Amino acid sequence: MPEKAECTCQGSIDEELDGLRKVVLVGSPNVGKSVVFGNLTGKYVTVSNYPGTTVEVTRGRARFGSVEVGVIDTPGMYSLLPITEEERVARTVLMEETPDVVVHVADAKNLERMLHLTIQLLEAGLPVVLDLNLMDEAERLGMRIDLDVLRSELGIPVVATIATENKGMDQLREAVLGCRRHGDGVPVRYGDSIESAVHSIGELLKGDYGISKRTVALLLLQDDDILEVVREKEASDCSAIEEIVERTRKGFSEPLNYIVTIERQRFIGRLMEKTATVDRSRGTDLKEKLSRLMMHPVTGIPFLLIAIYALYEFVGVFGAQVAVDFLENRVFGEYINPAANRIVAAVVPWKVLQDLFVNDYGIITLGVRYAIAIILPIVATFFIAFSIIEDTGYLPRLAMLIDRVFKRIGLNGRAVIPVVLGFGCDTMATMVTRTLETRRERVIATLLLALAIPCSAQVGVILALLSGNVKALGIFVLVMSTVFLLVGFLAARVMPGEQPLFYMEVPPLRWPKFSNVFTKTYTRVEWYFKEVLPLFILASIIIWAGRLTGLFDVVVNILSYPAGWIGLPEEAATAFLYGFFRRDFGAAGLYDLKNAGVLSGVPLVVSIVTIALFMPCIAQLSMTIKERGLKTALGMAAFIFPFAFLVGYVVNVVLNGLGVIL
Amino acid sequence: MRLSDKAEEILEHLWIMTQEMGEKAVGLKELKTGKDAPEVQELLSLNYIDLSADSVTLREEGMEEAESAVRRHRLAERLMVDVLELDRSLMEENACLFEHLLRREVEESICTLLGHPKSCPHNRPIPSGRCCLGSATSARSIVSRLSDLEGGAKGKVAYLHTRDNKKLQKLMTMGILPGVSIELIQTFPSYVFRLGHTQIAVDREMAGDIFVRCGNPGA
Repeated sequence: MPEKAECTCQGSIDEELDGLRKVVLVGSPNVGKSVVFGNLTGKYVTVSNYPGTTVEVTRGRARFGSVEVGVIDTPGMYSLLPITEEERVARTVLMEETPDVVVHVADAKNLERMLHLTIQLLEAGLPVVLDLNLMDEAERLGMRIDLDVLRSELGIPVVATIATENKGMDQLREAVLGCRRHGDGVPVRYGDSIESAVHSIGELLKGDYGISKRTVALLLLQDDDILEVVREKEASDCSAIEEIVERTRKGFSEPLNYIVTIERQRFIGRLMEKTATVDRSRGTDLKEKLSRLMMHPVTGIPFLLIAIYALYEFVGVFGAQVAVDFLENRVFGEYINPAANRIVAAVVPWKVLQDLFVNDYGIITLGVRYAIAIILPIVATFFIAFSIIEDTGYLPRLAMLIDRVFKRIGLNGRAVIPVVLGFGCDTMATMVTRTLETRRERVIATLLLALAIPCSAQVGVILALLSGNVKALGIFVLVMSTVFLLVGFLAARVMPGEQPLFYMEVPPLRWPKFSNVFTKTYTRVEWYFKEVLPLFILASIIIWAGRLTGLFDVVVNILSYPAGWIGLPEEAATAFLYGFFRRDFGAAGLYDLKNAGVLSGVPLVVSIVTIALFMPCIAQLSMTIKERGLKTALGMAAFIFPFAFLVGYVVNVVLNGLGVIL
Repeated sequence: MRLSDKAEEILEHLWIMTQEMGEKAVGLKELKTGKDAPEVQELLSLNYIDLSADSVTLREEGMEEAESAVRRHRLAERLMVDVLELDRSLMEENACLFEHLLRREVEESICTLLGHPKSCPHNRPIPSGRCCLGSATSARSIVSRLSDLEGGAKGKVAYLHTRDNKKLQKLMTMGILPGVSIELIQTFPSYVFRLGHTQIAVDREMAGDIFVRCGNPGA
């Protein structure tokens, strides 16, 4: 059931792989599968330094010497016994795609932990190549791994790579080409009682699962939901199988996954003694010290504030003010707009048609100008900053700092990743909510993203609007955080469900690589443009048509009522109408109003708050429908629309009541 | 006055059958004893049990002593596995001998030493004693919950204990398994520890399910 991305920042780069040798990359999260995929296929998949960057299956073609192969990149999985949705997706690929070779990409420095999956893949009867990646980090820690011993003990090809530096890729290609299916490997035995159960279940299984019967039996014993698949495929003998499972389980006082894992760990422990040595003399290095400063509450919170301030300086001041000012006033104001007006006036004789392209609401003067002069510099600077933050590995550290707060709103620290991503692009973030474990968490996170997390384009425009007005900015931040926490808190009360648990691997801090930051920013901005520009142009056309027919005035007229209730000038209604197309488009509309001197002070803050809370853009709405279903998405919309105006109303009343002057 | 070892065994067996397995009475045969055996007479004279035909029932008066015997047996098992690191097979026979040697005072010290474990290595519950009720966790324990340790503590994972199978699976996939070395880095706002070459952050709930045998107790 690998699904295709429709409109994500990861882009849609799937290729047909019919008839090719299929190579599937699997492995724990954050070990560099996507980097290996990129090296092999020459395609870029978003790469970051935190677990769960890849949530979808990506396919690409690659040339190994003279052979063309199809490579499949999968979301991270720790074990064949899945916990999260992504792990389930990855396992489904293994079961349904009949891979010719499975490359287990592993973190060399954590070999002991990684071998659990290697062994499970062997048990599953899959042709496995073990790729020990991140070899540089292992060496830096003083770890030595004897690849020959590992090869002979496991009976599979083992290669060492440093994917980010493109090292060892040739050996990997060779190993993949030379890899053959090596029968049902049985490296570990789990004791008589389990083995005899595995044997008898294996005899009863008749269906084709794409993985060995031993593995299916072991999964059944470990209480996996593969039972549903088995029930489907084995209509006749299923009760007999369930009986064996039940009987075996009763013979142990501990859950069978505990017994099986501990038995496997024993095997791995012995294997490790033969293959790996560690020089323990190394002390904590600079990165480790920095990492501890980031995680300690006393130093971590100031660090976070400094990071936010730096982000503000770069995106809010440099991007949203300096760069926007240059493009908007110089490039468009002095050159493009006058030139466009002149040329169109000379070529097109009719005023009506002229208005389609130029003047106040033309495609060039409005649509293209918004996209290039206002949105582009902001989005580009934000994505540069965001890519750097992602690649250092700061996000998991932020997750552990903030977990306690997030627990109050029904989420756990892990949700920090979609939330922070939302400040970049809410559509992408909505898709990433998949990494959250329970439906309850996914729904709450999706709602908060749609409501209270403005995307980078919006944030940028908002910062530009409020530039120089610290008090207004403070009020805006305060209102948005309050709404975020309050709605989260209430949603957690309204939606019953189990208390979320927080556990997360904290990857080592890494220096961001310029090339990755550049490529990632470029990919995201490119995607953003492909989505934004047509919409902006479409909006210009609709506005033109609307004005021509008078329909536009009618809608603006209707919208001016709720706008009036929250103390806004009539003109603001136009911006809200734009907001239906994209939130940033609406905010950019406000930008024009402010420059025209129509909007300032309290009404400005009120309209910014309202538009920031307002309905998500069309792309986010469609992603919400796709991920959460139509009913939930419509329910959210029904809540968000009036709620945004309600908050605007309250803010207006409170600020005026207190006599605040901005 | 102290019960004989055999009488203790019978009480223990009776308690497990009646309190955990839901039986009402247990046959003399199953208890591997007879009507006239001295241990049965001993328990009858103490009013701990009732005897009718061929089966025995546990009386209210004998309940406390029986529960205590079960507790000592299971504590002894934990001691064998967690501290002495004996193999399971050796554990069984030694625990049976050991439980009879445990007096109340020693029992409490050992319970504290082990971090007031909630279950035996077979995952059956250990009845709690007086020492488990207070906040006795501050005493020096050899095996403690990760959530009770302070930053900087080092040790090895002794065992995992949780009723939630999914949670257990989560802990295991992160590589948190008995025998693995662990070093606690910080405890607030979340627990961060090093496991091999990885660092893992968990919340208090999950940290409470990881039991660690510390290298230097009390440090």
